[in-house]
Amino acid sequence: MQNFAAEFSHALSLIFTGDSELWAIVLLSLKVSVLAVLISAVIGMPVGAALAVARFPGRRMMIILMNALMGFPPVVVGLLVYLMLSRSGPLGVLELLYTPTAMIIAQMVLVIPIIAALTRQVVEMLAEEYSEQLRSLGVSRLASVPVLLWDARLALVTALLAGFGRAIAEVGAVIIVGGNINHVTRVMTTTIALETSKGNLALALALGAILIGIAIAVNAMVSALALRAEQEGLRHA
Amino acid sequence: MRDLLPEMPSALDVKDLHISRKGKVLLDVCSLSLDGPGPTLILGPNGSGKSLLLRCLHGLISPDRGEVTQDGLPLGAEQKANQAMVFQNPVLLRRSVSANLDFVLKRQGLNRILRKQRITELLAEGGLEDKARQSARSLSGGEAQRLAILRALASEPETLFLDEPTSALDPGATQMIERMVLRASSRGVRIVMVTHDIGQARRLAADIVMMQGGQIVEHGAAKKVLDAPESDASRRYLAGGLVV
Ligand SMILES: Nc1ncnc2c1ncn2[C@@H]1O[C@H](COP(=O)(O)OP(=O)(O)OP(=O)(O)O)[C@@H](O)[C@H]1O
Ligand SMILES: [Mg+2]
Repeated sequence: MQNFAAEFSHALSLIFTGDSELWAIVLLSLKVSVLAVLISAVIGMPVGAALAVARFPGRRMMIILMNALMGFPPVVVGLLVYLMLSRSGPLGVLELLYTPTAMIIAQMVLVIPIIAALTRQVVEMLAEEYSEQLRSLGVSRLASVPVLLWDARLALVTALLAGFGRAIAEVGAVIIVGGNINHVTRVMTTTIALETSKGNLALALALGAILIGIAIAVNAMVSALALRAEQEGLRHA
Repeated sequence: MRDLLPEMPSALDVKDLHISRKGKVLLDVCSLSLDGPGPTLILGPNGSGKSLLLRCLHGLISPDRGEVTQDGLPLGAEQKANQAMVFQNPVLLRRSVSANLDFVLKRQGLNRILRKQRITELLAEGGLEDKARQSARSLSGGEAQRLAILRALASEPETLFLDEPTSALDPGATQMIERMVLRASSRGVRIVMVTHDIGQARRLAADIVMMQGGQIVEHGAAKKVLDAPESDASRRYLAGGLVV
């Protein structure tokens, strides 16, 4: 217990003295996950909106596939991205393995289905509600997409936050494609895994506390958005 | 004739309109011609096809057979763009009150300054000046209905369809909306409006269309239809309506 208390106070001092190694890791984590989520949004939202609004053969199948991808085990995603990026893989020439870019790609594979699925769900609901009104106003099916996306904005931000939550907490996939290389690809989760096994509990605890703080902040933002949606009558039920 | 009277709103004609679903006839209108200058009010019991008829006139559903024409032309994009509709349950965008109006004005291709000016005018017309920035979804029923009408008017339509716009409103709010409708009518907008309120029909209508079971049972001058209805169906409906 003595030992734990010491580790704990060491952890706190790492956080509050602005330990440069710790904060470099935090910064890299945020950078990787924020970028992964933003790029995923650019891809996932139009895909989700298209699945909601367009009618084409294979649409049902794509929705099922997308929902299945949402529950894909991250380790397997890591393995698949590893195979793609490895020297002998199809994208091997890009030499991305063990770089932050590889981690961004792995997180994107995990996050795009979440964003696309949630976007599809909310846009489809909204499209049904709006369809006659928009047709009456002379808005074509294609032109209705940006209208629907904008009016679904609170739900979409919630989807982004959900994606971010998944990305930042993810360990299995990024450790495989990132390799947990000091100062290059060490992010919070992979560092916690490594340092705990090495017995360096202080750094692991400090990162764990920050990770929990981020999770709480993300959840607080989601509730704040829900509250605001409630107050302004923006819910999609 | 109409060419000589440019202030007359364009005429809407229906020929042999027929819609059935699953073997049940929902709408069966041999002929209907709306070409007078004053508001047309459509009356009839629940499920008699009033909303369906409005949807057909507005080109939202294409009938199984028959045709709707405006000034002799079939309902194309141009004709539809000259119409606007306030639905029985209007859908306001999840934006501010003024953004709901701006949405339509932008589609009209108006520049920023003109749009701002029009929004101010429209809000004043509907008595919503102090609600401009409020979220449209948080308006009361009466305010929401007024905004829906303003949004429909924003495109400066030749024809305005209204589906029971006052059915859930208090007398004051109803009066406000009736005034908006009459002002639009006097500006030359053709009004086609569904109501269950016989007093309202009396106050607003130039002519009345009476529906029953998907058919038009009577169409004539308001006073005549209300005071001396020709068909049994109209008499029964009006008798019931007066009791309410
Ligand atoms: N898409 C549809 N499929 C099947 N039946 C329909 C459809 N749309 C409307 N109907 C039926 O057509 C009939 C007329 O409906 P409509 O909405 O026009 O009635 P209404 O006269 O507007 O009634 P209310 O006064 O209650 O608004 C109803 O019996 C309704 O159930
Ligand atoms: Mg109706």
